[in-house]
Amino acid sequence: MIKKFFITIACLVVFAFPSAAQQQIEMADTFRADGKIYVVVGILSIVFAGIVLFLIRLERKVSRLEKDQMSS
Amino acid sequence: MSLIKRHWWKVTGVLLVLYSIIMGFLGEVPRLPILNETIRNLYFHVTMWFAMIFILGGSVFYSIRYLSKNQINDDIRAEHMANVGILLGILGIVTGSLWARFTWGGWWVNDPKLNGAAISLLIYLAYVVLRNSMDEEQRRARVAAVYNIFAFVLLIVFLMVYPRMNRVDSLHPGNGGNPAFSSYDLDSNMRLVFYPAVIGWILMGLWLADLSSRIAKIRYKKLSMEAQIDTTVL
Repeated sequence: MIKKFFITIACLVVFAFPSAAQQQIEMADTFRADGKIYVVVGILSIVFAGIVLFLIRLERKVSRLEKDQMSS
Repeated sequence: MSLIKRHWWKVTGVLLVLYSIIMGFLGEVPRLPILNETIRNLYFHVTMWFAMIFILGGSVFYSIRYLSKNQINDDIRAEHMANVGILLGILGIVTGSLWARFTWGGWWVNDPKLNGAAISLLIYLAYVVLRNSMDEEQRRARVAAVYNIFAFVLLIVFLMVYPRMNRVDSLHPGNGGNPAFSSYDLDSNMRLVFYPAVIGWILMGLWLADLSSRIAKIRYKKLSMEAQIDTTVL
């Protein structure tokens, strides 16, 4: 009886858990390897660079206004 | 030379955010079920909140300084830092909602951290409304400064104390008895991107607040000069 019980438990452990442990967790591996993820990184960098350039121009304009106001 | 001296922190902020964009997509991240690749949102969503808390803290600093020194410039700075903080908070809540849709299954889940964030954003929107409802400059500055201190305390309570209490359940790491993110999803690789990203966004936020408060100062000066001219003419 006890032996049977242990065999059942062992079977459960052997057959139930490995399926969970071996389950592949999906990540975008191929996407990064040859899937042109670099293009996305590049585009995002360009967008960010554009915003930064806009900020730099704004920074210059504000500095000029500050100088004008100081001298007037 | 003085150019670098004056702008080094802006350059640092830009470079750190750029680094986080590049490494955020190309770096190694732990493989976790449900989260999958969305774990990378840590670099873009969580940083919004960290930067927001820092910027709003800076706003309170200027509010307190206004109350002790009575300089209108401090009030202007406090106002514009609060605005940038609100912007970061709105970005944080919208990005969080999108992330939640694909990992927790809904645009909005009944999570204490989400509700706390919503309440504290409303408190800060009330700060803006309060400012706009008053015309007299000195009084507006004083009332807004006092309200700002209250708002920041409530923000800390709603975002950092309440979601961490034992009785509430939260899906956020580190809250409601959940392990903090240091224990599983922030491995040493991710730290190398996450902390630079936080510093980068804080510096970017400071830059935005600096620009808009400088514009406000120019406008304030112009208005007060015009007022002076008016009185001398009359």
